Amino acid sequence: MGMLELRSIDKVYRSRGRPAVHAVRSLDMAVEKGEIVALLGSSGCGKTSTLRMIAGFESVTAGSIALRGRRIDELPPARRKVAMAFEGYSLYPPLTVRENIAFALKSQQLSRSEVSRRVEAIARLVEIDDILESYPRVISGGQQQRVSLARALVRDADLYLLDEPMGQLEPQLRAVLRGRIKSLLAEREMTAIFVTHDQTEASALADRIVVMEDGVLQQFASEKELKERPANLFVASFIGEPPMNLLEMEVKQAGSGFRLSAGPDVAFDISGDGLDQAARGVLAAVPRVQVGIRPQRIGVGEGAVRVRIGSNQWLGDQSHIAGECAGYLLIAVIPNRIAARPGDVVQFAIAPRHLNIFGPDGVCIRHAEVS
Amino acid sequence: MEHESLAGRIFRGAALTLILVFFMFPIVWILLMSFQTNEQILRIPPRILFEPTLANYEALISGQLRTAAGNLEITFMRNLWNSFVLSSGAVVLALLLGVPAAYAFARFKFRLGETIAFTLLSFRFAPPLLVLLPLSLYYQELGLNDTYVGIVWVYQLIALPLILWIVRGYFEDISPDIEHAYRLAGHSWSEAFTRIAVPLAGPGIAAAGLLSFIFCWNNFIFALILASADKQPVTVGALAFVTASGIQYGQIAAAIVLSVTPTLLLALYAQRYLVEGLSLGAVKG
Ligand SMILES: Nc1ncnc2c1ncn2[C@@H]1O[C@H](COP(=O)(O)OP(=O)(O)O)[C@@H](O)[C@H]1O
Ligand SMILES: [Mg+2]
Repeated sequence: MGMLELRSIDKVYRSRGRPAVHAVRSLDMAVEKGEIVALLGSSGCGKTSTLRMIAGFESVTAGSIALRGRRIDELPPARRKVAMAFEGYSLYPPLTVRENIAFALKSQQLSRSEVSRRVEAIARLVEIDDILESYPRVISGGQQQRVSLARALVRDADLYLLDEPMGQLEPQLRAVLRGRIKSLLAEREMTAIFVTHDQTEASALADRIVVMEDGVLQQFASEKELKERPANLFVASFIGEPPMNLLEMEVKQAGSGFRLSAGPDVAFDISGDGLDQAARGVLAAVPRVQVGIRPQRIGVGEGAVRVRIGSNQWLGDQSHIAGECAGYLLIAVIPNRIAARPGDVVQFAIAPRHLNIFGPDGVCIRHAEVS
Repeated sequence: MEHESLAGRIFRGAALTLILVFFMFPIVWILLMSFQTNEQILRIPPRILFEPTLANYEALISGQLRTAAGNLEITFMRNLWNSFVLSSGAVVLALLLGVPAAYAFARFKFRLGETIAFTLLSFRFAPPLLVLLPLSLYYQELGLNDTYVGIVWVYQLIALPLILWIVRGYFEDISPDIEHAYRLAGHSWSEAFTRIAVPLAGPGIAAAGLLSFIFCWNNFIFALILASADKQPVTVGALAFVTASGIQYGQIAAAIVLSVTPTLLLALYAQRYLVEGLSLGAVKG
């Protein structure tokens, strides 16, 4: 049994005079003890709503939530043993930073010296030890955000919910804190869910990532798996930098396999052996499919695919080469520089085994091979 | 800040002075009158320089009014006390009822919530006479006529909507997540209300309380109809100076000075709280 289990959670906001908002749809999710999970998705996809339901500030419209084996979705927030850092920081203005953090420990009945030891330790960790005696109104947004983060992390809780905990920080500080927080969480075996829309942050901090869109969990997997085995078109196009190339291709039966083509130059033979029953069924039934190729999997210089170059950028450690082919934009990422200029025609090599194939409902029916 | 021409500055100064004189003159005049005898006041033309007397204040405080027609008992000090009891009673009750209600209206969206809140506010728009006649009949039935409880109850029509609407605004300005953070740390909903929301809205609650105190203090019509002599506040009690042998201008002026002094002080005090309350809104999380 997992540490946290969400079972078919639905959240519908109903307010008078406005259409109901279905913010979260039948969300299933199980988090293990000590695991760090990122909720990744665009703005308004239901990340905050999910956290607030777990914390208890929003009721679940349907479904159940269990933490450490106890049902918590009917409990008041005070009894859920959950700590949370809020999107809007929500510090208590009349108290100093130190008091704000210590406030969170009040109900834990610790000795005064223990409280101040803990407050100071966490303050050092997030680099706010120099503003402990300041009031929230005089410190910057980034500092407030770190106070709010400290206030959540200082507690002993079964689960830590962090809503965009580092959104306001400068990139350098963010990278430093990420590392420190990750080791703090690991050292204490703290279970945490954090919200972010930054992929780098998600992959740096999280063990597994939930990709959400439009209130629906698209995929819950490690970063590696999201990249290599995207569940559907959305995940494929959302994860990865630059995103996966997507082309619509015509499907034709060819012996025991299939021939996918998007114009005369761009044609691939997929052998039937690498496909499972369902994939074969789909390919036999539909005239066209979406095909995705990771930019890193495209070879440049030779190959069957002729591409008219639109841009060729050297980023210091890799080249991003974008060009047009059969009406589609293709981007390739290679580790070296090439001399192509806009307008030149360059050959791209795409191996059939590197194609991800998506069925008409967007579900991935065949993943690209790794390597 | 834009630069102003000299002429503009002079004009603005003059305009401000004019407005100030217009509003301050009656108050100053009343203050002067309160130190004059009736004869001095009624002299034509009136004089700015006169020999001040404390007779008016003496009469009010001792409760003995000497007129041409003989000695008259007046109950001004009793009225002042009544005003104080009625207004503070009404404000305390309105705070006890209104602050939790304001919190509920600010935090929870429930069916008919807006309608109920607006209905309560509409008590302020309704002419008091509209409710007074049926109310006095009910009060006679219920035995509430001419009781402190009855009048304090009616004063809720004045105090409650004010407190509800002002304090509700303050609660709405406080991010609910501040309370949420407190509740997550192991505290109940009611603790979050009393320890977080109320202190944060404190300046607003104080301002609303003081404002409604002033409104209650200045009320005339409710007490006029519902209270007899020994329960009357100063606003009604002042009518006693219109006597058979003429109007006692000096005593009226002194009575006005005594009765506006507390509210004037309160108003100055409330102003400070209002400013403090408004600046809190600017730093909400
Ligand atoms: N209290 C609320 N009342 C009505 N709609 C809401 C409320 N909170 C959030 N929503 C809506 O629910 C959707 C999901 O919001 P949210 O969970 O805050 O998204 P995210 O955190 O992923 O940006 C959005 O469309 C938002 O407008
Ligand atoms: Mg959010």
